[in-house]
Amino acid sequence: MKFGVVVFPGSNCDHDTYHVLKSVLGQETVFLWHQDSDLQDVDTVIIPGGFSYGDYLRSGAIAKFSPVLESVRRHAQEGKLVVGICNGFQILQEAGLLPGVMLRNAGLKFVCRHIYLLTESNQTFFTAACQKGQVLKIPIAHNDGNFFISPEELAELEENRQILFRYSDAQGNVTPAANPNGSLNNIAGVTNRSGNVLGLMPHPERASESLLGSQDGRFIFQSLINGVQH
Amino acid sequence: MKAKVIVRLKDGVLDPQGQTIQRSLNKMGHEVTGLRQGKYFEIEFDDLQDESAVRKQVEEIAQDVLCNPIIETFEIEDIS
Repeated sequence: MKFGVVVFPGSNCDHDTYHVLKSVLGQETVFLWHQDSDLQDVDTVIIPGGFSYGDYLRSGAIAKFSPVLESVRRHAQEGKLVVGICNGFQILQEAGLLPGVMLRNAGLKFVCRHIYLLTESNQTFFTAACQKGQVLKIPIAHNDGNFFISPEELAELEENRQILFRYSDAQGNVTPAANPNGSLNNIAGVTNRSGNVLGLMPHPERASESLLGSQDGRFIFQSLINGVQH
Repeated sequence: MKAKVIVRLKDGVLDPQGQTIQRSLNKMGHEVTGLRQGKYFEIEFDDLQDESAVRKQVEEIAQDVLCNPIIETFEIEDIS
């Protein structure tokens, strides 16, 4: 599988993501500069974490107007895979490719620690390598991760099973105590309606080597790789 | 010509920053019963432009860029 990692001014997880895909998982991987519109025939586009354009105006608000995003939009419309991690998630929301918006964390603190994620389904491109209901230990690191959406649209997300990851405890119980940022319904990751675009606040690229305390992030990358190889 | 635009959070959208400012004010002894934080923009245009054309552009800018319509609304305060 060929991966493309988008680079904006202010991206800071681009090299971590590239390292995991290329060196740890042995996949062909290229960087995609924000001013370029050529996606170099990648199968999957990853929009990494960071502070694109300094988070000016709103997180992701300026990045959505970049040339690369127009190509990413077409890539998604063709049914190809797109994953937005943290700031990448915020960018995809601003671009209208994913639902909702991220408010400032309810506790007003930048939260940077390992959390647990309940995988709601393993019947997706992003979680096919997971067990049913698997709990993943992956770190978060964000200031604006408080998922918000209107009650009507939230009901639609639930009904369409677009919520793929929820903050939980280590046993997979989705409780208010396990919610690190005030997200509605403990939402940590959602897909678009057609299921080919994922956004998640946790950083799987920071949990893909045993040295870093968890390798659970690999389940997400491996799901993508398996999907194409099968 | 200058346009002044205010972007506000919609009613019901949590504003943790506003709440924090209010709590501080209350601690200082100010009897503030509510506080919401917003954004203010001044956008300049060539004076030769027609005001209605500028207004149309400002509406487009505010809708597409300055506010996220899921959580915010905008108001053009003044164009002059």
